[in-house]
Amino acid sequence: MKGKGIYQVKGSEKKIKEYTLSVLTEDKAGLLNHITIIFNRRKMNIKSLNVSTTEVNGVSRFTIVVNSTKEKIIKILNHINKLIDVLGAFLYEENEIYFQEIALYKLSTKIFMKGDIVEKIIRKHGAKILEIEEEHTIIQKTGSKKETQNLYNDLDKFGGILEFARSGRVALSKKKRKTINFLKELEKTKSNKLNI
Amino acid sequence: MKVTGSEALIKSLLEEGVDTIFGYPGGAIMPIYDALYSYMDKVNHILTRHEQGAIHAAQGYSRVSGKVGVCFATSGPGATNLITGIADAQIDSTPLVCITGQVPSHLLGTDAFQESDVIGISMPVTKWNYQITSSQEIPEIISKAFYIAKSGRPGPVLIDITKDAQFSDLNFKYKRCEKIRSYHPYPILDENKVSDAAELIDKSKRPMILVGQGVLLSNAEKELIEFSEKSGIPMASTLLGLSAVSCNHKNYVGYLGMHGNYGPNVKTNECDLIIAIGMRFDDRVTGDTSKYAINAKVIHIEIDPSEIDKIIKTEVAINADAKEALINLIPKIKKRSHEGWINEFKECDKLEYDKIIDKEINNKEDKILMAEVVNKISNLTKGNAIVVTDVGQHQMVTSRYYKFNKPNSNITSGGLGTMGFALPAALGSKIGKKNREVIAIIGDGGIQMTIQELATISQYKIGVKILILNNNFLGMVRQWQELFFDNRYSFTEMENPDFNVISDGYRIKNNIVENKKDLDDAIEEFINFKGPYLLNVIVEKEENVFPMVPSGESVSNIRLE
Repeated sequence: MKGKGIYQVKGSEKKIKEYTLSVLTEDKAGLLNHITIIFNRRKMNIKSLNVSTTEVNGVSRFTIVVNSTKEKIIKILNHINKLIDVLGAFLYEENEIYFQEIALYKLSTKIFMKGDIVEKIIRKHGAKILEIEEEHTIIQKTGSKKETQNLYNDLDKFGGILEFARSGRVALSKKKRKTINFLKELEKTKSNKLNI
Repeated sequence: MKVTGSEALIKSLLEEGVDTIFGYPGGAIMPIYDALYSYMDKVNHILTRHEQGAIHAAQGYSRVSGKVGVCFATSGPGATNLITGIADAQIDSTPLVCITGQVPSHLLGTDAFQESDVIGISMPVTKWNYQITSSQEIPEIISKAFYIAKSGRPGPVLIDITKDAQFSDLNFKYKRCEKIRSYHPYPILDENKVSDAAELIDKSKRPMILVGQGVLLSNAEKELIEFSEKSGIPMASTLLGLSAVSCNHKNYVGYLGMHGNYGPNVKTNECDLIIAIGMRFDDRVTGDTSKYAINAKVIHIEIDPSEIDKIIKTEVAINADAKEALINLIPKIKKRSHEGWINEFKECDKLEYDKIIDKEINNKEDKILMAEVVNKISNLTKGNAIVVTDVGQHQMVTSRYYKFNKPNSNITSGGLGTMGFALPAALGSKIGKKNREVIAIIGDGGIQMTIQELATISQYKIGVKILILNNNFLGMVRQWQELFFDNRYSFTEMENPDFNVISDGYRIKNNIVENKKDLDDAIEEFINFKGPYLLNVIVEKEENVFPMVPSGESVSNIRLE
C-alpha cells in the first residue's frame, strides 16, 4: 500500500489548470495584502486580480485568477478562508462561471484614419470606439483574455498601438446564489461558541 | 463615562479579566503606561528586559494558565522585537493579545522616529491584527482581539494604537465580543463523520492515537483517557502534546518524532489506523510523508479545516473541537482491548532501554550526560513540575526523559524552534501558576539569547529554577555536523562566559556541577530552594541524542545509534 503523504495525490489533482477564486470579504483596509501574502508564501503567481464592491454594502469581492494544481489551490483557498475578515472564498473552474475582462487600446488617430481597414477589424471583433482625439483614438473591447488578445494581434499588424491595458477578470458563479442570503446564513450559523 | 483612549485600553483589559501584562515602555506607548500607573493595584505589570522576553513570558503565562497572554511594546523596534514571539505563538497556537504603540496618525507613512509598519510586518504571523487610529474604536477592537485570540484554534493578535488615539477621549462602554460575522471558530460537528470514525475504530486491529496540543487547548485530557481506556488504543504524543496524558498511563506508549521513542515511530508504519487528535503532522513527526503510515487509514480530529488533508490524506476527517469530538465519539465505540498490540510497543521500549536509555541514565562514565540530569529531576519532582525548555539537544532529551504527570506542564517552542524561548517563558509560566514548581531547562547557547531576563527574575523574585545543560556547543547543530556533514564543526563551539558569575551579578543564587559525585546533592538543593536558582551543569561535550529519524527519511528508519 502506498503512503498517504502530500506527494501521493491523485493524478487529476496534480494537473495545472486555470482556476478562478472568488473571495467575499468585509470591506477592510489591508485585506488585499493579507490575501496576496498567502500566494506569495507559496511562490504562486497571480495572473489577474480584481477588487470590487458587491450588491451588498460593506462587502467586497476579490476575483483572482491563477494557474495551479487543484491540490495546491485548495490549500491556498483554505488559508484564505481562515482569514478573520473573509466571509467566504470559492474556487471555480472555467465552466462554472461567467467571466469577462475589459481591454483598452490606444491607437494613433493617423493610422485609424488610413482607409477603413481598422474600422473593419473593430467591427469584426465587436469592439467599440470610446474616443477619437486629434493624436490618438481609444478602442474598448470586453471579452475573454483570448478575445481581447486576438484584437490586439489584429491591430498590431498595422503598428500604431501606442498603449494597451487589460483589466483583471470579473466573474460571477453560475450557481443560484445571492450574496445577501449567503451572509444571512453566516449570521445564523451557531459556530461562534462551543456548546459542550 | 469619559476617559482617554489609554485608560479605555486598561479598562478593557480589566473587563477581559487580565491580571498580568508583560511589557516594555517607550515613546509611542507612554500614554498607555501613564494610564497603567493609576491601575497598579488592579493589574500586575512585569517589566522584562527586552520585548522578546515580554512576549515569550506572555506565551509561558498563557500556556500554563489557559488564559490569553498580554504584552505591551512601543512602536518601531519595540514592535519588531515582538515578531519572533508572535510567529512562535502563531505556529504553536498560543492565544496572545499584543498591544503596540504607534506614532501619531498624522505621521503614519512619513518615516517618523520609531515608526515601523508593524501591521504589514506582522500580517503573515498573526491570527488577526488591527491598527487603531481613533480612541472610539478601542473597547470594540480589544473585545474582538480577545475573542479572536482565544476562540477556535487560538493564536496571537496584534493591536497597534496610534499615540493620538491613546490621548483622545471617548465615552467608555464595554461589551464582550461574542460573534463576528466573517469568523466561525467552532465548526459544527458532523455526526456522520463521527459514526464513520467509530466504525473504523471498531474494525481496526492495530490502531494508534496521536495526541497533539489540541487536546490540551480544548481541555480534553479526561475525554482522551476515557476514549483510550474504552477502546483500548495506545496513545503516543507529539512534542506539544506532551503532558496531555500522564507518562505513567498504561496506554501511553511514548513520544513521537525525530528524537522520539522507538516504539511509536516504527509502529506508525505497522498500525492499521491512526486517530490523530489536535495535531498537524509536522515534518518532525512524519519524516518522509510518502513513507508515512503506509498501512494505516487516518482519522483526523482537528478544529482548523486548513490542517485537514494538508500533509496527510485522511480517511475520515472530523472538523471539530477535540473535546466535543471525543464526547461524541466515546459512546459510539465498542469497549475493546488491544493488549497484544500494546505489548509490541513494550518490546520496542525494552530494545530502546537496552540500547540507549539504560546507558544514559545509569551512565558509568565520569562525564555527566544530559539524560541522567533530566531523569534525576523527573524522579525528584515525581513528574509534577512545569518544565520549560529551549530548543536543541537539551529540549529533545527533556522531552524523552521527563515523565510528565500533570497537564499543561511541557512549555517549549515547538513549531518555530525559537532559541531564547525558555528563560522568559519560564518566568511567565511561574507567574501563571504560582503554586507549581517551574523548571527551565536550557542549553548554554539558548540561554545567551535572552539572558537579560535574569534581571526580570531577580527584580520580581520569580521563583523559577534554571538548569543550564552546558556543553560549550550548539549541540544539536554539532550533532548534525558530526552525522551528516563529516564532522566539520562549523561555528558551533562556544567559549562561554562564567554563568555563575553572571548569575551572581544578577543576585540569583547559583551553583555549578562539574563532577558527577556532586550531582545528586546539587540537584536536590536546586529543587528544594525557595526562590530563583541557577544550576550550571557541565555535561559531556559531544553527546548525541538518539533515537533519531534522519531528516527526510521514513520513520521506519529510526536509528538507535
